[in-house]
Amino acid sequence: MSELVKNVTAALTARFDGCTVSEFRGEARVRVPRHHLLPVLQFLQQEQGFDLLVDITCVDYLVYRDATDRFGLVYLLCHTESSQRVTIRVTLNEPDLHVPSATPLWEAANWLEREVYDMFGIEFTGHPDLRRILLPPEFAAFPLRKDYPLQGRGERHNFVPLARDAS
Amino acid sequence: MALEVPENVLVTKLDALASWCRKNSLWPMPFATACCGIELMATGASRHDLARFGAEAMRFSPRQSDLMIVAGRVVMKMLPVLQRIWQQMGEPKWCMSMGACASTGGVFDTYAVVQGIDRFLPVDMYVPGCPPRPEQLLQAVIDLQDKIQREGTVSGREFERREPVRALLQLPILGQTPEMRARR
Repeated sequence: MSELVKNVTAALTARFDGCTVSEFRGEARVRVPRHHLLPVLQFLQQEQGFDLLVDITCVDYLVYRDATDRFGLVYLLCHTESSQRVTIRVTLNEPDLHVPSATPLWEAANWLEREVYDMFGIEFTGHPDLRRILLPPEFAAFPLRKDYPLQGRGERHNFVPLARDAS
Repeated sequence: MALEVPENVLVTKLDALASWCRKNSLWPMPFATACCGIELMATGASRHDLARFGAEAMRFSPRQSDLMIVAGRVVMKMLPVLQRIWQQMGEPKWCMSMGACASTGGVFDTYAVVQGIDRFLPVDMYVPGCPPRPEQLLQAVIDLQDKIQREGTVSGREFERREPVRALLQLPILGQTPEMRARR
């Protein structure tokens, strides 16, 4: 972990209680309680210079060994001046899958959050336009959840076959 | 009572004449969604030269084409588009399912990929391969020409009995066949 990231994570844990920092291959991972998520992101963006939102993604730990929480929401931030990175993690459990949207901080969060919603069904409160982004709007499930079967529940065959006289 | 036929007159059946005209000027509609599309382009290009079989006029408008070549996997979002394009093509028309994915879904046995377009469209010719080589596609075009010559009629009678081959369907979804679901 670089000096800059060390200072940032130290300032972060001092300001927000309940945050835990760990290191993996030289990069910092911060586990954040959900009620601190938006303030933490705002602190990193506006006071610490982590100005680039690289990605928002999610992991379903349903069948993961020793996992205690169902979903892990992951925010990847980059400090563009020094190209240092930091990972923010929030854990979520059913039935309360709501997190505040990061769209007020980064416009880039708009489509990233729509993708997470599309695949995992996590709802971002305050998002301006939370619709499905990849799957058709009538799709009823969240296919990247581990309890969704790989071959689907018959959605791929839910079409009218065309006979010759219909065309 | 013998009828005198001059040397420069050819006697044939009208069906055979129409089929002969149709089979030698197939205008493909390339519905290319994946790597099969690259092989399709190679087939049309100079080395393999689809023009030798009269099928070099690729049209991206369904109104101007009469052979739809579905090259590549079709996902569930794309299938209504595919069906619409098929409906927009004028008769007579033929459909060729190129490659493992278009024919069966191939390795993409997931929730979003249609497991064979022949569940929802009438298919005339299947081309095996992943992706098929241009030679295989050429062979399929030759076979389709043969089929048109054998079966073709002026009035298009041969199209009347054509239906989606595995239309909903003997194959099970999630281990259940349509009969099992109907009984439930």
